[in-house]
Amino acid sequence: MYGKKVKLRFFFVLLVLITLILSIFLILKSLEENVVYFQSPSEIQLLEEIEKKKIRVGGMVKNKSISIKAKEIRFIITDFKNEINVTYSGVVPNLFSEGKGVVAEGYLKDKSFFIATKILAKHDENYMPPEVKAALEEK
Amino acid sequence: MFKYFEPNKIFSITSKAPKYVLFLFIVIFSIGLTEALILSPEDYKQSHSVRIMYVHVPAAWISLGIFSSITFLSVVGYIFKIRNFFLISKSLAPSGLVFNIVALVTGSIWGKPTWGTWWAWDARITSMLILALFFVMYLVAWRIYENNDNDKVYKITSIITLVGIINIPIIKYSVEWWNTLHQPASINILSKSAIHTSMLIPLLIMTAAFALFSLLIFLMKYNTELIKIKNKGLDRL
Repeated sequence: MYGKKVKLRFFFVLLVLITLILSIFLILKSLEENVVYFQSPSEIQLLEEIEKKKIRVGGMVKNKSISIKAKEIRFIITDFKNEINVTYSGVVPNLFSEGKGVVAEGYLKDKSFFIATKILAKHDENYMPPEVKAALEEK
Repeated sequence: MFKYFEPNKIFSITSKAPKYVLFLFIVIFSIGLTEALILSPEDYKQSHSVRIMYVHVPAAWISLGIFSSITFLSVVGYIFKIRNFFLISKSLAPSGLVFNIVALVTGSIWGKPTWGTWWAWDARITSMLILALFFVMYLVAWRIYENNDNDKVYKITSIITLVGIINIPIIKYSVEWWNTLHQPASINILSKSAIHTSMLIPLLIMTAAFALFSLLIFLMKYNTELIKIKNKGLDRL
């Protein structure tokens, strides 16, 4: 139906695409550790040694875990399997609150203690007006 | 064969259509802005900064859609040697780049009050930046090779889109494959969306408005391409 050249060009495009997809897939797979923006407390538990370099830990701020003492703020990041204690001194974003997502950047002291140098609030995918939220909470 | 087309016929459409598209765009855009900025409710958590989303999300969608269309047209155009498809792609690209930049900038403005940072090198944001670079590369390639008499520019731009298209699923699924600071998609075609209807409606109207704007810019750009062909004295391409 189509000419030989058209078929050849089609296979050429297909070949280029398959090669690219495979190589990009392999590259991303091997770089996975660096592609993730943060690690969860469970992933921290699996670390073989405590890293000296700056890392990010993310998860939920455990309910009733925030305590503010002078300039220092302490809280617990949880992924509902493992937890990690975080201390931080500085300003936290407005959306930082208990039961919400958080990403802390800083250094591990040990596997359950983290000294943060920067706190980012993580927003989830839920968008709703305040009235709807209130109605949901009543249920 | 459909590889020949008559610029004159298309020209009669593309030279008249923009004013109707412009009118429609102004109407839809005004409704969208009123909905997004005044009528829609504030968010329970981020309050009024949710309104940035009504620009951010449609802009990101349109730029992804335009890059995908450009790739499809370029590849089909390359396989079947249809020059017209390349001109359509070329005319689509500028609005894709503009909306890509709009998505990055509005995301940054939203990120500061919400996350507490202007920029994060997470997978979603970085892959979106890479898409912008591909748009730039694509447009620069046209600038450089356009005036060559041979078909070099078609091959080069096709290759750029072919490499860049790999990035599109990466952008889409980055928030699911890896831990990112960016939240996962709120809108799900198959299951219930995580966004309230009162916020979904302005979002969809704004998407329609941005799509119309892209169409308008496309028609104007495409019109220019057709005039260039006419000036060369070719009545077939």
